Amino acid sequence: MTTLTASPAGTSNSAGALRRGVLSRIIDKAGGGLVQLVLIVLALFWLLPTLGLLVVSLRADEDNNSTGWWTFFTKPAQLTFDNYSNLLASGFTASFWNTVAITVPATLLVIGFAAMAAYAFAWIEFPGRDALFMVVIALLVVPIQIALIPIAKMYGFLGIFGSIPGVVLFHVAFGLPFAIFLLRNFFVGIPKELLEAARMDGAAEWKIFATVVFPLAKPAVASLGIFQFLWVWNDLLVALVFADTEAQPMTKALQSQMRQFGTNVDILAPGAFLSLIIPLVLFFAFQRYFVQGLLAGSVK
Amino acid sequence: MTERLDGPQTPRGDDDVARGASPGPDTASQASETGAQTNETRAGESGAQTSETAETAERPAPPAQPAEPGGTHPALRDVASGDDDVTGGARPELAAGGAAPAAGGFGRSGNLGPSPKVATFFLLPAFVLLGAWVVYPIVYSIIRSLYDANGGGFVGLDNYGAIFSDSGTLTTIRNNLIWVVVAPSLVTVLGLIFAVLTERVRWATAFKLVVFMPMAVSLLASGVIFRLVYEQDPDKGVANAIITSVHDVFARSSGYPGARPRENDQAPAVVDKGAVLTRQPAQAGQPVLIPLVGMKADALPGDAAPAKQAPAAPGEITGTVWLDFTPGGGTVNQIDGTEKGLPEVTVEAVSGGAVKATATTAPDGTFRFSGLPAGAYQVRLPQSNFAQPFGGLTWLGPALITPAIIGAFIWVWAGFAMVLIAAGLSAIPRDALEAARIDGATEWQVFRRITIPLLSPVLVVVLVTMIINTLKVFDLVFVIAPGSVQPNANVIALEMWRVSFGGGGNQGLGSALAIFLLVLVLPFMIINIRRFRREQS
Repeated sequence: MTTLTASPAGTSNSAGALRRGVLSRIIDKAGGGLVQLVLIVLALFWLLPTLGLLVVSLRADEDNNSTGWWTFFTKPAQLTFDNYSNLLASGFTASFWNTVAITVPATLLVIGFAAMAAYAFAWIEFPGRDALFMVVIALLVVPIQIALIPIAKMYGFLGIFGSIPGVVLFHVAFGLPFAIFLLRNFFVGIPKELLEAARMDGAAEWKIFATVVFPLAKPAVASLGIFQFLWVWNDLLVALVFADTEAQPMTKALQSQMRQFGTNVDILAPGAFLSLIIPLVLFFAFQRYFVQGLLAGSVK
Repeated sequence: MTERLDGPQTPRGDDDVARGASPGPDTASQASETGAQTNETRAGESGAQTSETAETAERPAPPAQPAEPGGTHPALRDVASGDDDVTGGARPELAAGGAAPAAGGFGRSGNLGPSPKVATFFLLPAFVLLGAWVVYPIVYSIIRSLYDANGGGFVGLDNYGAIFSDSGTLTTIRNNLIWVVVAPSLVTVLGLIFAVLTERVRWATAFKLVVFMPMAVSLLASGVIFRLVYEQDPDKGVANAIITSVHDVFARSSGYPGARPRENDQAPAVVDKGAVLTRQPAQAGQPVLIPLVGMKADALPGDAAPAKQAPAAPGEITGTVWLDFTPGGGTVNQIDGTEKGLPEVTVEAVSGGAVKATATTAPDGTFRFSGLPAGAYQVRLPQSNFAQPFGGLTWLGPALITPAIIGAFIWVWAGFAMVLIAAGLSAIPRDALEAARIDGATEWQVFRRITIPLLSPVLVVVLVTMIINTLKVFDLVFVIAPGSVQPNANVIALEMWRVSFGGGGNQGLGSALAIFLLVLVLPFMIINIRRFRREQS
């Protein structure tokens, strides 16, 4: 705003601009406080629901039935870990490990397959490359619902309906379009001199991929990895259809409790909170990559 | 397609030529390195390399290329040696690679591009999965949607007809329409506001993390979170707790729900359309007694005093409203010593159906109307005295369920919009804004005329992403809407699951719904493809 005085415009104009400058600075001061206040209220709105879940999960059932969770601010002594120990004793841990057993391979396979395909799209010339890549882009928005019935039939035929591998493969397939899209866009930006040098040296494509491109793509792979991990970890629909009780992840296990909502908050609240701890930790640890991935490929 | 493919190749060829002019590094040191590494890897790799080379040679000659092989070759070798540290692992293949151009491998474009068959190897795993898990199901679903529930009988387009004639699915479509119209625009506007506001505060990162965090949380957990938020009882659900406390600040809520006169002929007052009305017309100078029961003494407000007979005054109507109940005794319809008055009760003097005067009871339950013109009045305690206290909104009822779930959706996605828009904001050149300010534009004008237009590509991306998301919305509706209300909150994605897996058992209709959903996202598929083509050219 101070630059306004140096404006080459006429003196009256400049003075007017200066006056407005002073005025707007005053408004800025007062408004700055207001903005802070508004943002604090908004932040509370965004924090309260999750905080509520945490506190509810730490309160005894009778407390939750009689008073609001916010009374813990005045009576913090009522918090207890009983809900958690009961939940863990009830076999919830099995669904936790199912979630892990689904999420880890689904994430790794997507990274591997997508990186290979993205490498071909970015660095190998073959007829119909752009057309094929447009197919990938088209598949980005295909709703999962389209595959539920056909894949259920196919899994029945293959004998993997209800099993963890079936769930994993489904997640891999539907994670691929975004993954290929994201990685291809990153690979294209790698200086081609690096690749051509390696090719000139006669390195096999596979080796260039594994030793040159893939290591350089670590930020993109990290972005993709955290996205895919969160999607699979947080998925409910695929598990609902393809995972039987033996193979069910936490989301499905918790969903089956929703029907009696109100009588089993002591199971749902700690279960929901346990299911979101690992995503939250990952999110805070890798939020830089999360944001990068978001900016790079916000089309899904 | 060949045009597009060839497009980027020409500059590459030019680059190669250009690079030929740059001084190459010391080739002697490179040669020694090569020698050291040869034994480690050559045996394993040369076989694969040879077959690749052979394939390369088989490929038909591509269209004429501008780059001249003779000029490119040494240029590439220079580049190769310039990147020792990166490509060191691949160096032993130098000899084999050198043979490739001789076989015509990169001559076509000035590139050392491998053959399409190599591409096949790289693409195979991904495209087997995409083909079998995504493309094949689309075809299957289209066909399946033309058959009946069991798949036995061909029914043509009947399943699609059912979607648009069944009142349940029409509600579903209407809900999806509400979602698509309301949720994306709210998310985008909110994201824009957040992004603009956080530009001015120092703790913007902390704020962004807080608002962004729900994106990491599963929609199921978000659903559980909002089931708790939307609990009806203001003592449990934080939404109603906030609303009722705000409401109570502006409106007194300490009425007397449940209070009523005794239901017998001796009672001096009766219930009349929710209000309490005296049986006999009130007479000036004769205090009116309005005994009420039906509530507990400890539910009275703290300032309630022992009830008193109102002093009779000539020309005034006076009376007492009190809780006519003494544990273990007391005389009905008489003010006994321990019985308390009801303070703050609104009392009306009614004549000919119209309210002529209004009064409020004192802590001892007495009231008085002074200065009334002579006439016959009845004393009435209007219904508002006995209204149930405001208990907040029925978020999870049929009327509010969709707005309530959209609220949860906004909670989840506002951070996404904010982060994208904030990135867009930071990319706007400061000069443009400063120039406008110097020209005397107000902040609002700058925002409206410069920031928003420059930001519009980002806003469109956010909006489109959110529209696709709302079309597919499933988890939140499934989890937040209680079973009895789900038909009112239903959306296409959820209906598809219900029809085909959640007890419906009609995979024909389910397939038709899935195809319907696919058709709805088709425009965005086309938008994405066109955007890609534009970026390519």
